[in-house]
Amino acid sequence: MSEDWPLYEVFIRSRSGLEHKHVGSVHAADARMAIEHARDVYTRRQEGVSLWVVRSADIIASDPEEADALFEPARDKVYRHPTFYAIPEEVKNL
Amino acid sequence: MSARAHAPSERDPAQQAAHFRHVLRLADTSLVLGQRLGEWVGHAPALEEDLGLANLALDLIGQARLLLTYAGELEGRGRDEDALAFLRDAPEFVNLTLAEQPNGDFGHTIVRQWLIDAWQLEIYQGLLGSADSRLGAIAAKALKETRYHHRFSSGWLIRLGDGTRESHDRVQAALDCLWRFSAELFCADEVDERMQAAAIAPALAELAPRWSARIDEDLAAATLTRPAAQPYPWHGRRGVHTEHLGHMLAEMQHLQRTYPGVRW
Repeated sequence: MSEDWPLYEVFIRSRSGLEHKHVGSVHAADARMAIEHARDVYTRRQEGVSLWVVRSADIIASDPEEADALFEPARDKVYRHPTFYAIPEEVKNL
Repeated sequence: MSARAHAPSERDPAQQAAHFRHVLRLADTSLVLGQRLGEWVGHAPALEEDLGLANLALDLIGQARLLLTYAGELEGRGRDEDALAFLRDAPEFVNLTLAEQPNGDFGHTIVRQWLIDAWQLEIYQGLLGSADSRLGAIAAKALKETRYHHRFSSGWLIRLGDGTRESHDRVQAALDCLWRFSAELFCADEVDERMQAAAIAPALAELAPRWSARIDEDLAAATLTRPAAQPYPWHGRRGVHTEHLGHMLAEMQHLQRTYPGVRW
């Protein structure tokens, strides 16, 4: 049966979390069933307080072939990391 | 905490016996239905449904544990949840006859589940204001679970009923087959009347129309036909069961019966 059902990606926001995180996927016939399946498969141990599901086919992914062009240029620009600043003693919560 | 603290008016042994029986009936329906759903594990049509049915089963067995423990205290003979679940024979079980019916196909399981979910919704809702505060607290916990159960079962009822020709015909056949057990759901006897008089349980006659309206609403969405009302020949709540319960208990109780007192 599940081969006939499209795949949905599941995102959960944990009780203490601010953002939804990808946790896996489920097969489902439609959005309502996808939420129920996500609840039944991924929230059995109180993993979260909010669920998102999205059709896997609707996700636009970067092309692995282009990984070099997309991500390599950032490699030698370490100055973008905020590690070159001396932090004053008085600042406690940075 | 003693049971008496929750039900201070029970000096009368007949009233205490009725109270025990009332809680035991709720417990047994959840236990038997939970055990039936557990039989699906590893056999459901999809991995996600396998887990879904197991989740329902665990909710129901959780309800049964709370209710059986309480029933054992009300009875006052030292029987705990395990003694009540594993060391009683079929005639001592007082679940709804509907709950013990075999799983059949997936549609059959869904119809059985949906009829009982709609019943438990009304029962637990009605128990929220019970004079028995412990029973009310158990009902409040169970009600949240039952709302999800009904969402699950009515969702599938509508998908199957309003699905393909075959799924519609199968789920209608399941409904026609199981409907004869529905007359028992709101059929009050002396136990129910005593509980109602003591404000421990709601009046079944007042719950029935609400159950019926919910059933009609779901059936309309599922394009299914409500079968004609049938006479009431079933008495699971009084310990008179169909042949199926004994077979189910033989499997459920096998380990405790073979190795009495064995622990995990």
